[in-house]
Amino acid sequence: MLNRVSIWYGKMNSIQRSLLASMIFGLSLMYSSHASDTNHMADVSGGYFVPMYGVVDNESVFVDSFSIMPHLVTNQEFLTFVRENRKWMKSNVRRLFADEGYLSYWTSDTTFTDSLKFAPVASVSWFAAKAYCECQGMRLPTTNEWEFVAMADSKVVDARKDSVYTASILKAYELRGTNLLPVGLYPPNIWGVYDIHKYVWEWTSDFNAIMISGENRDNNNAGLFCGAGSLGASDLMNYAAFMRYAFRNSIEAKYTLRGLGFRCAL
Amino acid sequence: MKNVSLILLFALSLLACESSSEKAEPQESTEHAEVFSEEDGLSVYQLTSSWENQFGEQVQLNSLQGKPVVLAMIYSTCKAACPRLVADMKGIEADLDEHGMSDVHFVLVSIDPENDTPAVMQKFIADNRMDKRWTFLRSSEENTREFANIMAVRYTEISPIDYSHSNIISLIDENGVLRFQQEGLGVDNVELVKNATLLLH
Repeated sequence: MLNRVSIWYGKMNSIQRSLLASMIFGLSLMYSSHASDTNHMADVSGGYFVPMYGVVDNESVFVDSFSIMPHLVTNQEFLTFVRENRKWMKSNVRRLFADEGYLSYWTSDTTFTDSLKFAPVASVSWFAAKAYCECQGMRLPTTNEWEFVAMADSKVVDARKDSVYTASILKAYELRGTNLLPVGLYPPNIWGVYDIHKYVWEWTSDFNAIMISGENRDNNNAGLFCGAGSLGASDLMNYAAFMRYAFRNSIEAKYTLRGLGFRCAL
Repeated sequence: MKNVSLILLFALSLLACESSSEKAEPQESTEHAEVFSEEDGLSVYQLTSSWENQFGEQVQLNSLQGKPVVLAMIYSTCKAACPRLVADMKGIEADLDEHGMSDVHFVLVSIDPENDTPAVMQKFIADNRMDKRWTFLRSSEENTREFANIMAVRYTEISPIDYSHSNIISLIDENGVLRFQQEGLGVDNVELVKNATLLLH
């Protein structure tokens, strides 16, 4: 094989050779620039866990190993994105993909208060968050991935049994104005992921896939709904998680909320 | 070296995520009249995802453009809610026919694209005696999730053969704008039929 390639290479003239060399160089640059993006990602080793909702009979689910952005996407980063993708500027965005609140706190298509530069971007729809991640060659984390990361504290992978952990999350939920702070002020969790509970709630790729009310809440009518009644909460003590699932269940993909941002995964 | 930097630029432009075409749009356009109408901005036909119908043909959603669409998201092996949802759609069909309003697409979108192959979809259409106005579509899981999010339909896989999902029948106008949604099973069709009739006039 190698022999054939070298014969082929020998038959090429110098222009073809330099073209080939620069193509290879260009490709390697493309690869390495992608790779350098992921160098900053936090690697999460997968494993089994029992999510609060979405499994039958409290079965554990397996989350494959994945990488996730250690920081929330900031206003500055989102600005770079909308500059390159004008259809996501707030005056251009189509109502199908984001409601009227889209980037409402930005002062124009490309400006916002200077102090918000490194604060998490919020008031973006699921569609916008998804487009952003796809532009980085990434995707939104699944709800299971996000919850898997979120159950860690700075010392252990699963701190859900720790009442202090749950209390601290609930306390963080009570804080106001956390979406105005620059990301990364507090220490990361054991995966090296920052601000997962402190700042804003976060979009996940399948945020609305788990239905905890409405469609299948009425167990008396189990037969009316496919698979109804088989999804129950696994851990009612985890009130913080309950709030998150309830919140996700209440929003739609085009919604934009001042307390809802995102980070990407890979 | 110059050569290399050109290649580098080329590589970077590839990474820039299809932004080149958007950059071509005039920057100041929004200062003047709206570039697009509010209606266009709401059309589901903005979605460019590719779908497969019961004949195994690749189609885009905008192939439905031009006629009102009555649509539900289901899966063919569903035993509980989907047959009733489909029965409700057939009820709407009958009511519209009665009013002489037959120029409508009836569309089923699979939430189980893996199992709803064209053959399965075709059999479903045949078994339910659906005429040529009916289309059954499937796409990738990601496209399906995106479409469901546009329609505010929720669904989740409970086991490989069982899904939990919203029971929603949607009415989309000829330009792709969502006009009405009916939620629940065995619901009175009157409102949806009334809205469809308005579109057809």
